[in-house]
Amino acid sequence: MVDAYSSGSVRPLHPLHAILLAFPLPLFAGALLSDFAYRATSHIQWANFSSWLIAGGLVGGGFAALWALINLFRRGPARKGRMVVYFLVLVVMWVLGLVNALVHAKDAWATMPEGLYLSAITTFLALVAAWIGYSGFQAGEVK
Amino acid sequence: MTRPSLLIGALSLILAVGHAQAQQQQFGPNPNLPEPQRGLLPSMKIPRPANWGNDLPKVPQGYKIQPIATDLKIPRQTLVLPNGDILVAEGSGGYAPNLRPKDVIAGYIKSLGKSSVKGGNRLTLLRDADGDGTYEMQGVFADNLNAPYGLAFIDGVIYVANQDALVRFDYSDGDTKASGPPTKVTDLPAVINHHWTKSMTASADGRFLYVGIGSNSNITERGMDAEEDRAMIWQIDVQTGAHKPYATGLRNPTALTIQPGSGQLWAVVNERDEIGPDLVPDYLTSVKEGGFYGWPYSYWGQNVDPRAQPQDPEKVAAAIRPDYALGSHVAALGVAFSNSNMGPDFADGVFVGMHGSWNRSNPVGYKVVFIPFRDGKPAGDPIDFVSGFLLDDGNTRGRPVGVTVDPRGALIVADDLSNTIWRVTKN
Repeated sequence: MVDAYSSGSVRPLHPLHAILLAFPLPLFAGALLSDFAYRATSHIQWANFSSWLIAGGLVGGGFAALWALINLFRRGPARKGRMVVYFLVLVVMWVLGLVNALVHAKDAWATMPEGLYLSAITTFLALVAAWIGYSGFQAGEVK
Repeated sequence: MTRPSLLIGALSLILAVGHAQAQQQQFGPNPNLPEPQRGLLPSMKIPRPANWGNDLPKVPQGYKIQPIATDLKIPRQTLVLPNGDILVAEGSGGYAPNLRPKDVIAGYIKSLGKSSVKGGNRLTLLRDADGDGTYEMQGVFADNLNAPYGLAFIDGVIYVANQDALVRFDYSDGDTKASGPPTKVTDLPAVINHHWTKSMTASADGRFLYVGIGSNSNITERGMDAEEDRAMIWQIDVQTGAHKPYATGLRNPTALTIQPGSGQLWAVVNERDEIGPDLVPDYLTSVKEGGFYGWPYSYWGQNVDPRAQPQDPEKVAAAIRPDYALGSHVAALGVAFSNSNMGPDFADGVFVGMHGSWNRSNPVGYKVVFIPFRDGKPAGDPIDFVSGFLLDDGNTRGRPVGVTVDPRGALIVADDLSNTIWRVTKN
């Protein structure tokens, strides 16, 4: 039997991990677009959309970060650099996302402009995390 | 300490860092208004319900207090009828949907400080037939109402402001039960009903009813469109049911009353939240016909609130400063003018019922105060008239709402946490 995970090959994320990682980028990006729309129109429904999109991104992103943390402690070769970076990006993204959720819990225009800035930063971090995660890890790094 | 209050305490401790704990109380015509501030979470402290046991609320020397009705279903406002019977409006309203994750969480936290009893949607009648101060009769005058709150009596007719409509009952002296279902006078604004209480009082000549309609949000976070016909006082013609806005920009005018002698309309108004523990003071004010009082664009005159967008500088410029600050977050829900039968120290002035704060680390309100008047205007600091609701451990045994002065010399206080009607009299 061929060992698919021999040294040097790239192993994709576990499907469930990949599904969880799929949440933050589109949802945080949606919140960013929604914030732009609120800034342009001051129509409150855009602010409400942002609140829910951020909450959704936090749920998927939170579990993805937890999965990444557990992977750090599973046995494997010593080279875990990319996994550590992946985990840290997810954690920073999640913490800033939580702050963003609290900012978006303020009433009406009180979310501006901090909410817009935080949505931009968390969208960027979600992009970085997705890029690293979907690039896969060295065989043995992830099970 | 119970676990939820620990959790809330910890949250507010961690996340409200940076809130200066300036707790000086603000009242009078020129309150100190600090800069607006807001941490990541608003300060929250919910006093949890506690029991009275054998205790009673505290009243001034020379006065006594007794519960005259208990086990009610969220008593809010009271009305003393000509024969001395007391009507109690019981209910709890609002249809505001949760629009954001925050609404779900905040709704749960606030519910911790409320009675678990379901609103009665009814009027209860109390009678003290022999005048000994014990209201031995307690019965349902009318039920199947929709969150009744404001009550008024004009020439043999009882008017009730439900959360969605003004209705009337024909009444004969001595009735203990309505003869039938009420007749609708006019609809009242009821979409969403974020602030659902429809306060009410009758003009001195009996031609008009004034109805207070609260805003549909804290500060327009349900959208400007939701604020049509909100945050204002309507003047309603009793004969035709026709209405016009009498005064606007009053965020939540929770109790209205007419000043004896002058016939002037007065209101207590609950102001906006989430810009600090000492902003914005709730207030007592005479209400000028056609006047605009700031909400949502500004507070206490020309202090602009940028949360309301788009702004309206002309409205800000026109905003009237209220007469008398009662303190931020005290939640004034009752107001009544006194009379000479209440005793010389409390003859000239108003009683104000304060439901008490929930979004302030040091709770305020939770009492009934007396504000002395001179020459028809507030003159002097508030005096505690009924207090002792709040305990040292941070829990509370009651929350005052409506206050009514019985012309024979008694203050009637509705308490919607212990579901009690209190009566304060001279010894």
